[in-house]
Formats: sequence, structure tokens, C-alpha cells
Amino acid sequence: MLSYLPLIFVLVGLVLYTVLAGADMGAGLWQLMTGRGPHAVRIRDHAHHTIGPVWEANHVWLIFVLTVLWTSYPTVFGSILSTLSVPFFLAAIGIILRGAAYALQSGTSIPRERRVIDTVFALSSILTPFALGAAVGGVASRRVPVGNAAGNLITSWLNPTSILVGVLAVMVAAFLAAVYLCSDAVRLGEPELVRSFRARAIGTGVITGVISIAGLAVLRFDAAPLFDGLVHGPGLAAIIVSGLAGIATLLLVGRRNPMRARGTAALAVAAIIAGWALAQQPVLLPGLTVEQAAASNRTMLAVVIAVLGGAVILFPSLALLFRLVLHGRFDPGAADAPATEVTPAPRPARGHGLQAWSAVGSLVVGAGLLVLADTGWAQALGVVFLANFIVLGYLACTPADIAAADPQKTGRSTTMEVTRADPTVR
Amino acid sequence: MQVCVLGLIAGCGGGGSVAAPATPNAMGFAAVDQGYLLQARQMQALSFAVHIPLVCFGIAFPVIILFVEWRYLRTGDELYRTLARRWTRVMVALFAVGVITGTILSFEMGLLWPAFTATFGGVFGLGFAVEGFSFFLEAIFAGIYVYGWDRLSPKMHFASGVPMAIAGFTGSLTVIAVNGWMNHPTGFTLRDGKVTDVHPFEALFENSYFWHELIHMYLAGYMVTGFVLAGAYSVGRLRGRWGRYERTALAIPLTIAALASPAQIVVGDWAARTVAEDQPIKLGALEGLGQTTRGAPEHLLGWYSAGEVHYGIAIPKLLSLLAYHNLNATVLGLNAFPPDQIPPVNVVRIAFQLMVGIGTALALLGVIYFVARARGKHLPDSAWFYRALVVAGPASVVALISGWVTTEVGRQPWVVYGVMRTSEAVTGAAGIPIGYGTLAAVYLGLVVAVVWILRRLAAAPLPPRNPPAPRYATTVGR
Repeated sequence: MLSYLPLIFVLVGLVLYTVLAGADMGAGLWQLMTGRGPHAVRIRDHAHHTIGPVWEANHVWLIFVLTVLWTSYPTVFGSILSTLSVPFFLAAIGIILRGAAYALQSGTSIPRERRVIDTVFALSSILTPFALGAAVGGVASRRVPVGNAAGNLITSWLNPTSILVGVLAVMVAAFLAAVYLCSDAVRLGEPELVRSFRARAIGTGVITGVISIAGLAVLRFDAAPLFDGLVHGPGLAAIIVSGLAGIATLLLVGRRNPMRARGTAALAVAAIIAGWALAQQPVLLPGLTVEQAAASNRTMLAVVIAVLGGAVILFPSLALLFRLVLHGRFDPGAADAPATEVTPAPRPARGHGLQAWSAVGSLVVGAGLLVLADTGWAQALGVVFLANFIVLGYLACTPADIAAADPQKTGRSTTMEVTRADPTVR
Repeated sequence: MQVCVLGLIAGCGGGGSVAAPATPNAMGFAAVDQGYLLQARQMQALSFAVHIPLVCFGIAFPVIILFVEWRYLRTGDELYRTLARRWTRVMVALFAVGVITGTILSFEMGLLWPAFTATFGGVFGLGFAVEGFSFFLEAIFAGIYVYGWDRLSPKMHFASGVPMAIAGFTGSLTVIAVNGWMNHPTGFTLRDGKVTDVHPFEALFENSYFWHELIHMYLAGYMVTGFVLAGAYSVGRLRGRWGRYERTALAIPLTIAALASPAQIVVGDWAARTVAEDQPIKLGALEGLGQTTRGAPEHLLGWYSAGEVHYGIAIPKLLSLLAYHNLNATVLGLNAFPPDQIPPVNVVRIAFQLMVGIGTALALLGVIYFVARARGKHLPDSAWFYRALVVAGPASVVALISGWVTTEVGRQPWVVYGVMRTSEAVTGAAGIPIGYGTLAAVYLGLVVAVVWILRRLAAAPLPPRNPPAPRYATTVGR
């Protein structure tokens, strides 16, 4: 049991990464396929804006998956990443370009620059899910043996199953993004955007479904054990759930209730990942079961404690973020907070000289303890004195006051001059 | 709970040789023949050098911004609010780049060093798993903080920044625990090449390198952030932009960095003495001490070859005094160790001297600032002071990277000190040069992009009071 729990965490992380960060990548993809004109600009801005507050948090699920995997099943991590180094490297490049392009998008509104940046963003938003999907395909079709780069560096990810999963990953991202963006447009009261993304959601949903069904034929020839697992028992149940949830999503989007469609769309995707896991268990890699791959019991227990403890903090925080976002608190033009009610506090007069000497004293004592003493508690005390030096030193320097009082003769400008407007940024 | 490592550490601490390298390795992860080990190491170093300055901003920038916002809440002075808002925009750009460069590092744990992770993931991995949660909190609350300006009440907004600042600290804490463990591996036993008897918490938090590395890095975070910010506003000062806003934006980070610098020297001394105790080879390399010497001198500058430092300035007995608090203490030279366990001496030594030299110069700059402050109630007048600050920003980044080169290259040829060689950790996959070249090109583009966006943000107007959301609303309807 203990050897399976972290694997469940990994799968939950993978599902959340797919349905959250995957949708962010899909939003990037939709930024490319807009055409031109004012409506296209609105589509791009809509796609850009909605992922703003959440994409970094969503991205962290990937880190979570990797770290729990390498702590709990180190051999599996080493085998997968070394044999599948090419797709993972491509995904890494995609992640760099995506993140950089996202940061740059807020730096310009010049159409020419925006076009270049949007294109990089969109292409990397396709590259990353494809490469990660291809890597999953390599694992699912048992092309990753145990060992340091023991598998084929090319065919482990350039094979029918990998290409299928890679393409599916891109389509799923586009589908999820369209559903979420449609729902966001409803909240924003933008009927034109709702129509645009409704069409996209239904289109990509249908295509994804068709590829999935056709894909089963690919799996039958290329990954027979996986195919068997998917058409029997619990694997089959998961596939059916996924199909039903997909159909429900299309109906909800078509019936103008895209808010609810978020949940069913995510369920459809989660069920596919669950189906893969159920079809493949208990084997992680060829000849290596979950039990065999698990790290020592003490490590597994530590992981379980750490993850459950972390979840107690993480999920309320995530809930807060998503509530703020989904309730439109971060939307453009959302009601501003009332103007501040702060009142200037009178500044008490302070003995700066005393503080300065206390700071110097703290530095001397802290240095003495750290340099001369060898015991742990003395070192800890030394660190406390150094911290005290910094705090007292800051109070003694009163940098904000001297900045305010500076009787400068050399400077010619005023506060407002730094605000010189760059014509390119408005 | 025996501290294991086959007694290797004790063995070399006593002046003897380090035992033969442990034979790898669990479950098919035998050492492979990798012709591009050096390139793999350089690729790792490049990834790290790009990421680590961003870590500094992750540690210190949220705290500094929150401090400025707190001053606004306390004084009601709009200036602090404007300052905090503008810095938030810079922070969010740097945070985004930090997120992606950090992701690359975690990929490289498997892309470059799969045998290391496959063998010891169960020992050190927990540190990263816990770090993941810090990363989550940082990302979540950064999102809330950045988008919450004007949309949350002032006090709620300030509160939303606090977890972000705490997570910046805890995240670096757990990662540094892993690095401390790599330098002083404890909490497991190696039996026939297999890792057994694992105590992950002991491995992470009971190694002797953890505390000083943590505090050294934490102070470095404030130094880099503070000096880079002060340097940026010094450029403005030299160009005549010197209103109250700029003076405040310079004085606050400058004061913080100037205070951190002298404290850093003390912590650095603590770190060096721990190295002397636990990794005498590293000490020998960073001092360029070829022969075991009683009353060893300290050499400044110079070049190490054939067992001694040439063209250096020798200060008699200083090394013995610094390392062991005894003028006549015997310091182990590199000749006391097998040649195949000695790190590349000049790389380590030059990096070490760069770090110490720059760190000392920065502390002196801090002292100059304090003296000027004590003599008058305003910032220094001399243009030279601001020119020095312009240099101090990039110099602090150089010192930061040099410090990491010192400890990481100084640990070579080991990835886990005394237990696993870097050559045993490396991937067997082909194509490292291609990956290295690609990553170098992409990172070059990334650096250019970051400079571009920071310049744009610096030129952008101060946000007006209660503006609409920045990008979306301005382009809609056009």
C-alpha cells in the first residue's frame, strides 16, 4: 500500500497538470489561430488575460510530478528521463520559450512585436504538450527499459503510440482551453467571444474524440498490452467514463452552459489518464513493478507525510486563487477596492545614534560567536546577532527619511520625470 | 542511526586518503562511458548560473516590496505605493523566468544525471518534494499579489504577499539542504553499491553544510537584489534622474545590501572553516596549497601550477590562522590526496578569490555608505559613489556565481562527496553537445529578452491611481 500511495500522488499531479497547465497551453495555441482584425485581437487578449494569474501555479504541478517520482521511484525517473531525453529536452525548450514569451507579452502592444511574441508563445505551446505526450507514449508502449539510457533514443518517442499520445495531448489542451475560455467569456459578458470559443470547443472536442477512437486501433498493433488493459475491466470503465464526460461537455457547451462544462471536460481528460494507469498497473517499466521500484519504506512514509502535510496548506491556497479568478475579481475592469483608508502615522523621534551603536555591537558579538565558537547553539546565537545587526542597522540608517530629506543640488529632475512616457508603451 | 558513508569523511579528515570510489549501483544503473562529461557539467553549470540570480530575487524581492508596501500602509505616502507597484511588475517578470529556468534544472536531474537521481533520489529527493510546495505557494500568492493591486483591500493585499515571502525562504531552504547533503552525505548506508537504511530527514537537515550554506545564500539573495536595484537607480542618478522617488528607490535596497555585506563576510568565514574540517581537499584547492604545511600562508591572486601558487602575494601563516585559529596549525595540502580526487585547482581558486574579493569590496562600499550616513543626513554626493554602485550590481552577481562555482567545482570529481563520482552519475544518452548548444542559444535569447522587458518596464509610466488591468483593457476596442 505504502509503495502505491506516492504513485497515486504522481497520477493526481499529472491529471491536474493536464487539466490546468494543459489548458494554459491550449490558450497559447488559440492565440495563434485567430486570423487578423479586431475580433482576432480580442480573442488573443482574452486567451492571454485569463491565464495570467494562474499559469505559474498550474505549471508547478509538473515539478510536483517530477519530484515525487524521483523521490519515490528513483530508478523509474532515471530510466525514463535518460531514455526519453530527446522529448523531455524538447519539452524543456518549449517551457523556456513559453514562459519567456508570456513575460514579454506584457511588455509591448506594438502589433509587429506582439505578432512575433504570440507566434513563439503559440508554437511552444504546441511543442511542449506534444513532447510530453510523446514521452508518455514511450512509457505506455513499454519502450523504456530499466537503466541509464538503456532504450533507443529515437524510436522510444518517435513511434505510432508516442505520436498518437502527443497529438492527443495537443488536441486535449486545445479542447480544454476552448471550454474554459468560453466559460470565462460568459462571465465577462462577451457574447462574441462566447460564440468563438463555443465553436472551437465543439470542433476540437469532436476531433479529439475521433482521434481517441481511431487511436485504439493504433494501440492494438503498436502497444498490445496497453490495448488489452484499455478494453478490459477497469481500464475499459475509465475509457467509457471519459467518453461520456466528453459527450456531456459537448452538450453543455452547445446548450450554453459552459460554466458546468469545465468540470466534465476535466473529468474526460482525467479518466483517460486513470485508464492508462489502470491498464498498465502493476508494471511501471518492463520488468519493474511498482513494489520493486519503490524507494525504502522510510522514504515513502516521509513522502506521504510531506505531501499530505503540504496539501493541507496547498489546497486552501489554490481554492483562494481560483475563487478570486473564477469570481472575476481579477478581470479587467473588476470593481476596484475602495481607496485606502490609511492615515499617516506621526513619526516618533528616535535615538539613531544609540541604534547605530547597538547595531555595531550586534555585529561584533555575532562575528565573535561565529568565528570563535564551535558549538551549534553558539553559532545559532551568532546568526541571531547578525540578523539583529541588519535590523538595527536599517533603523539607524533611516534610508527612507534621508531620501525624503535629501537636499540635492546635482539632480535636475523631479519625481515625475521618471515617468517619462515611452511612446511604445501606453 | 549511524552516520555512514563508509567512514570516508572521517578518513580524509584525519589526513589519510579517501577510500576507493564506491562501486555503483542499484538496478542496472552501472556507470556508463560518456565522452561528453565535461559538456554535461558545463550545461548544468550554465543552467544553474542563469537560474541562481533569479533565486536571489525570489528570496529578497518579495520581502523588500512588502516592506515598502508596509511603509505605505503606515504612512499613507503614495510614493511607497507607486514604488511597490512598479517593483511588483519587475518581480513578476523575473519570477516567470525563475519558474522556467528552475524547471529546466529539475529536468536535468534526469536528463544529465539519471544515475545520481536513480541511486540517491530516495535519500535527497524529499527536499525537492517539499520545495515543490513552497514553489506552489510562491506561484499562487504571487498571482494573487500581482493581480490583487487595487482589487483587494490594502490590508488583504499586503497579507497576500506574506506567504509569497515566506515560501521564497522555505523553498531555498530545502534545496540548499540537498546541496549540503551532496557535500556532506549522511542519513543512509551504502552496502554492495545499494543504498539502504535511509533516513531522509536526517540526510537533509543534519548534514554539517546545511546551516552555513543556507544563511550564506540567504544573505547573498539580499546583497544581489539590493545592489542590482541600487545600481539601476544609480544609472538614473548619473543621468540626472534624482527626485525623491529615485532616492527612495535607491536608498532602501542599498541600505539592506550594505548591511548584509559585512554580515556575509562573517558567515563566509564560518563556511570556510566547515570546509577545512569536512572537505580538506576543497580547502587545499581553493587556497592552492600543494604541500601539507605547518603555519600555512594565504596566497592572494596568482596562478596554481605544479603544486604551488606562482605570482601570488603570500601572507605568512594566515591560512592556518583563518582555518584553524592557530598560526602554526598544519593544513593538509593537495599532495595528501590521490590525484584522481583533486578538483580543478585554478577554476576553484580563481572563483573563490573572485567571490572573496568582490564580497570584501562590497562590504567596504557598505562601510563608505555608513560613514557618509553618519556624517550627514543625506545620501552621498560623490558621483564616484554612484559609479561604484553601478558596478556593484553586476559584481554581486559575479560573486554569487563564483561562490557556487567554488563549492560545486570544488566538490569534483564527486557529485556526492566521497560516495559517487560525477562520471558515475552522468547519462549514457548521446547528443549532449547538441543539447548544450541548443540550451546555450536559447538562454542567450532569454537573457536578451529579460533585459528588453526590464528596460520596457523601466520606461513604462507609473501606473495611475486605480487603473484598469494593464494589457487587456487597453487593446480591447482598438
